[in-house]
Amino acid sequence: MVKYVFKRIGYIVISLFFIVTITFFLMRLAPGGPFASERKLPPKIEEQMNEIYGLNDPIHVQYIDYLTRVAKWDFGPSFKYVGQSVNDIIGRSFPYSLILGLEAIFLALAVGVLLGVVAAIYHNKFGDYMAMVIAVLGISVPSFILATILQYVFALKLQLFPIAKFDSFAHSILPGIALAATPLAFIARLMRSSMLDVLNSDYIKTAKAKGLTKRVTIYRHGIRNAILPVVSYLGPLVVTILTGSFIIEKIFAIPGLGNEFVESVTNRDYTVIMGTTVFFSVLLLVSILIVDIIYSFIDPRIKLTRKEGDQ
Amino acid sequence: MSQLPLKETDFEPIEMKQFDAERIVGESTSYWKDAWRRFKQNKLAVAGTFIILLLGIMAFIGAPISGHNYYDNDLINANQSPSAEYWFGTDNLGRDIFARTWYGAKISLFIGLTAAFIDIVIGIIWGSISGYLSGRVDEYMMRIADILAGIPYLLVVILLMVIMRPGLWTLIIAMTITGWINMARIVRGEVMRLKSEEYVIAARSLGAGSLRIIAKHLIPNTFGPILVTLTLTVPTAIFTEAFLSFLGLGVPAPLASWGTMSSDALQSFRYYPFQLFFPAFFICLTMLAFNVVGDGMRDALDPKSRR
Repeated sequence: MVKYVFKRIGYIVISLFFIVTITFFLMRLAPGGPFASERKLPPKIEEQMNEIYGLNDPIHVQYIDYLTRVAKWDFGPSFKYVGQSVNDIIGRSFPYSLILGLEAIFLALAVGVLLGVVAAIYHNKFGDYMAMVIAVLGISVPSFILATILQYVFALKLQLFPIAKFDSFAHSILPGIALAATPLAFIARLMRSSMLDVLNSDYIKTAKAKGLTKRVTIYRHGIRNAILPVVSYLGPLVVTILTGSFIIEKIFAIPGLGNEFVESVTNRDYTVIMGTTVFFSVLLLVSILIVDIIYSFIDPRIKLTRKEGDQ
Repeated sequence: MSQLPLKETDFEPIEMKQFDAERIVGESTSYWKDAWRRFKQNKLAVAGTFIILLLGIMAFIGAPISGHNYYDNDLINANQSPSAEYWFGTDNLGRDIFARTWYGAKISLFIGLTAAFIDIVIGIIWGSISGYLSGRVDEYMMRIADILAGIPYLLVVILLMVIMRPGLWTLIIAMTITGWINMARIVRGEVMRLKSEEYVIAARSLGAGSLRIIAKHLIPNTFGPILVTLTLTVPTAIFTEAFLSFLGLGVPAPLASWGTMSSDALQSFRYYPFQLFFPAFFICLTMLAFNVVGDGMRDALDPKSRR
């Protein structure tokens, strides 16, 4: 187990090294220097700026500099916002994204699992069709369209929720729903098909034959076993939520990290782009590792450390 | 007690032709015929196919029949509501939304189909080699794919869009750089499963080379899962295009895609909601149609997974 975790961490480090390298050179390839703007800087000033930010060093020196700084979790200064480091920006904006993301993950899991179970229990009946219609719509309607519709109907017309910004729980409801919709639909479909599998298995028949109540059969014996594929979907779920946040935070004007990333892309603020990319990658790789470890705990049939010979 | 009179002829043997008894009445069926029959029974999937065909046709004839083109500005008639003259209304520069919608359909479908096709080509080559050779080569090839897949798809696409000049092909290249991995994994899995089948052993014992076995025996037998993945890749590509265009990283003006149209319409959404409605509706409809068809195909091609 410990050996497996170390091996996985080793892979994460290798992946991160590639990500840092690729983003570094991609950003150097990008057209236009960081200070190229509509207003032409006097050459002297541009020279001085380049000197301060170390842009006059040969590229390999810059690269090694950047690598060592990233290893110390220091992403350097922002080019666009003078006096702010990338770490400041991440530290300031990430809490918003974290709250919104956790809310969306919770919503997607709770409602998705519920819909899936309802669909499986009422297989080929009204409940099943309703749940699957919701699921197909959730997959087909892109999050940014759903967000706009929600904003229009609930904030503008009915005025039930605030239209934008992120100050209270009420502010987080609409973006949370918009962010959760797509993964929710995926989870509902996953849960439905795995629940149907489980409900046809022998131990459910045994439980029924013993005379257990329907409730105990479904909760104790059914859902516990059927939820495993959903757990393995948690990794991709984090990815969906994270990339979804780029657009949802923009639409709802939430000062989160996703919004900051999009902003930095349009501003061509290269250090912020690189820093947030590395940060997102660390977040994802670590959360996928955690999901894999959790998975092995809840399903004793899964062995992380493979024995010699078996696949 | 009456008895039936028996005649001599009653004891003659009945002529029974062996041929008739063994005659096969049913039409002979193949895997694909069977799948097609199952697919036809799925009404939703058939409806989805018709929607896709209709969208494809309209993408070509939609703009001409409206009597307008997608790029002409006409500021006097800006922000018109749908009318007999402008069927879907006009946008903030007076461009006809009907013409733009169908031009956008062309762009969106082109991006979706091309990206999916390139994914397939790379995925088949990578996956079949990796799955067929197995061992060390497979280990390395899959590790490369794992590392690429570790970086979130949209993040890579956005980074690439930053450094490349915005355009249709940039978008397609950016989407295929990590898009093929999924396909490669599926093909690899199928090839690994199939390569120990008896017909592969038979082919090898008859002296067929590795290339021939891969091209003639293994790949044709993975077409089912490939087709399903293809159908489900197209909506992802269309979504990604819309997503990027919405962020301002999509196809440059005056080209119209559903994503750029939605993004433009958002500015004046409070006053002219219809401008957002049409592109948004068609994005949803297309994704819905492809998803439904993909599901239908999966059920048809893999009857075991059906419920």
